[in-house]
Amino acid sequence: MNIQDMASEIPVEGEHSLEGIDFITSGDQYLTFLLDDEQYAVDILCVEEIRSWEQPTKIPNAPSYVKGVINMRGIIVPIIDLRLKFTIGKAIYLETTVVIVLTYQSENSSRTIGFVVDAVSDVLNAEPHDIKPAPAFGGCVGQQYVDGLINSESKVVTLLNVPALQQLEQHRIHS
Amino acid sequence: MSVDLSQFIPSFLEESFEGLELMESGLLNLQPGDNETIHAIFRAAHSIKGGAGTFGFDNVTDFTHLVETLLDEMRDGRREISSVDTEILLESVDCMRLLIESARDEVDFDQEKISQTTKRLTETLNADSKQEQSKNVEVKTTIEGETTYHISFIPEHSLAKTGNDPIFLFSALAELGELTTKANTQDLPALNDIDPQELYLSWQLTLITAVDKSEIVEVFEWVEDECLLEITAAETSTTLNDKTEQEPKAVIEAEIASSNQEVESPTIVNSSNNDTDKAATKNKGKSDAGSIRVGVDKVDSLINLVGELVITQSMLSELGNDFDMTKVEKLTSGLEQLLQNTKELQESVMRIRMLPISFAFSRFPRLVHDLATKTGKEMELVIKGEQTELDKTVMEQIGDPLVHLVRNAADHGIEATEVRVANGKPAKGTISLDAYHQGGNIVIEINDDGAGIDTDIVFNKAVEKGLIDANTTLTDSQIYDLLFEPGFSTAAEVTDISGRGVGMDVVKRNIQSLGGRIQVESTKGKGSCFKVHLPLTLAILDGQLITVGTETYIIPLIAIVESLQIDNKLINRVSGDMVLYRLRDDNVPILPIYQLFNLETDCTEIDNALLVVVEADGQKVGLMVDDLLAQQQVVIKSLKENYQQVTGVSGATILGDGSVAMILDIPGMIAMALKQAQQAQLDNKGKEKSKTGELV
Repeated sequence: MNIQDMASEIPVEGEHSLEGIDFITSGDQYLTFLLDDEQYAVDILCVEEIRSWEQPTKIPNAPSYVKGVINMRGIIVPIIDLRLKFTIGKAIYLETTVVIVLTYQSENSSRTIGFVVDAVSDVLNAEPHDIKPAPAFGGCVGQQYVDGLINSESKVVTLLNVPALQQLEQHRIHS
Repeated sequence: MSVDLSQFIPSFLEESFEGLELMESGLLNLQPGDNETIHAIFRAAHSIKGGAGTFGFDNVTDFTHLVETLLDEMRDGRREISSVDTEILLESVDCMRLLIESARDEVDFDQEKISQTTKRLTETLNADSKQEQSKNVEVKTTIEGETTYHISFIPEHSLAKTGNDPIFLFSALAELGELTTKANTQDLPALNDIDPQELYLSWQLTLITAVDKSEIVEVFEWVEDECLLEITAAETSTTLNDKTEQEPKAVIEAEIASSNQEVESPTIVNSSNNDTDKAATKNKGKSDAGSIRVGVDKVDSLINLVGELVITQSMLSELGNDFDMTKVEKLTSGLEQLLQNTKELQESVMRIRMLPISFAFSRFPRLVHDLATKTGKEMELVIKGEQTELDKTVMEQIGDPLVHLVRNAADHGIEATEVRVANGKPAKGTISLDAYHQGGNIVIEINDDGAGIDTDIVFNKAVEKGLIDANTTLTDSQIYDLLFEPGFSTAAEVTDISGRGVGMDVVKRNIQSLGGRIQVESTKGKGSCFKVHLPLTLAILDGQLITVGTETYIIPLIAIVESLQIDNKLINRVSGDMVLYRLRDDNVPILPIYQLFNLETDCTEIDNALLVVVEADGQKVGLMVDDLLAQQQVVIKSLKENYQQVTGVSGATILGDGSVAMILDIPGMIAMALKQAQQAQLDNKGKEKSKTGELV
């Protein structure tokens, strides 16, 4: 609404500016990234920022996929290595290794967690009907994390559910 | 007149609430003959009245005027300060708060309560002002010889443009005596033709005063050239006097204010009304997003820091203007300075959020006073540690649970006066509130010297309510825990103060939602103590930085007993795996942090290692660390916000270099070590002093 209001106030020089705005409001956008050589996607509106990998501060007795916490402008953000969580590929930290910081705002709380992935690839546009249910034939990624599959050219992208990703298993000390 | 008043409403509200608090605490401490306090209370009431008048909160103005009249009589010594009057005044303060709140939220108020109090106030005023009044009238007419002046005040249309506002003139006049005003609106043009900056009104004023005509002229001194002014003295009159006295002058002022605005600048008034609406809706939605009062010293230190920052910045930019490699050293030191400045600035800003707990405690004197009146028991409130600093958010949320606990203490705890005397206790019961820091927590204690908790009664009640089986054996502390079960109440009869059994479980839940816990201690016949432990979310903590392996940790300074280098001779290996260190008379178990946290480090050798002896819940342990770094104040950040509670860690902080460091939770670590030890199934734990039951 607001964007359209604003758009109508923009002096029309060419159609380009308006087209750009239409482009943002229509359909949903997803950020795609790589885990090993598989493509995954998350809702782009949840993406807080994309940072390069840095060694986080360890959390005592945390599960191995919880790499620790970092300081993101004064906010303590836990870092979870998705490759370890989903046991996909090798958890090696290269220059291309990035951390996607996702914020999910539910009704009364908001949670920010960073996820380590191999690389960020693209922004994907998809209408709701483009998202196909994923067949339940196992795979390392649990069903609760998958919202569906999106076809992108020749590849298939797994759309991940951000709230589910952020759900932490209650872990206890195991010694 | 074109000032948009609505922008000042929030500050008016804030000041009013402060004023009310001031009135309340003043009234509670009021002693006969204490003129200073009466003056303070009067001033507070007066400014609320003035403000309310300006912003058009008429019911507040009217009501406060009555209160003010009563206070005025006290101030002038015309009325003795009696406890009955104080009671009425306290009630009036409540009503004023109610009225102001309703004005803020734009909701209806409890009309009945207001009118009841109004009635009581007027009755009190009339009861003894009858004789006063007759005296007054006499005084006015015969001794001082008041004169009635008729003033015709016709200002030029441009009067408002010169920054003069008739309302100020009228208030000045009202101070001289009794003022009646009549606005003449015949010159008003049609709404469309109105220039909001013009003044179209004229007034007929009647002033009954003892002062000289020259003083009245003086009031108009500034506008003399811009108006037609005519002041005529009428005959001394008592009839008029009576008539005017019936009408509170404040109302008249308010009327002038509103009528004045309405006719003069309709557009502005409309827009400001809208703003008020918006502000009010905002308030309704999120009333806790208010403002903070900050000590001047904190602000001053901020200003100092910003000053330093500016100096550093100018130094750096000068350096950058013409830079070559010979100046690298200068640059490094400049950058270091910048780092320091920013860090200090950050800390100072954080400190602004911290408020002394007296903000939360301030409501309790009144509460206890009211409870004492209601229950007919004698009691007093002792407050300690009110300078303990607590984060604003925590403070706001702990208020209600504390009220509940204090109410309970007054209602269930403190016995009736006769019972107390019969038991050889002082007739006056004492409830004390105490706040202090303990091991990274804030502890708030609510003590009473009342009857204590009767475990038998609690037990029987719990059986009766079906909460427990009659055959179970419970320790005292387990029985106290029953108090926090939903639907549990031991009060023999339900009073309107407490006893409905919908309290303690809510109290516990609220405290837990803040990440805290509540603990009960009680001795039958001696009293009870409720301890609320709250975490210092966002609070600032003095910490000792240590390293283990590659990680830096912070130990709360308050938990540290001492730090020492291990003397090999004092190490005792007992009962298999356990390592004790002889610290004077104590044997302190050594806990290597790297083992506890599964870390890798090169310093695994106990010999000559560094030991930090810490204490929690009466248990001392020695934490083995790789290295001791600096001591510094750290800002506690919650891990729970984006992650979850981690055993052995109470929070995290951001160090000067921007990295995150964990703050160790000493009680948690000890409990963790105990659990690990239990799991390792040590055969003999005899020498270890810890008693697992005591630890969480």
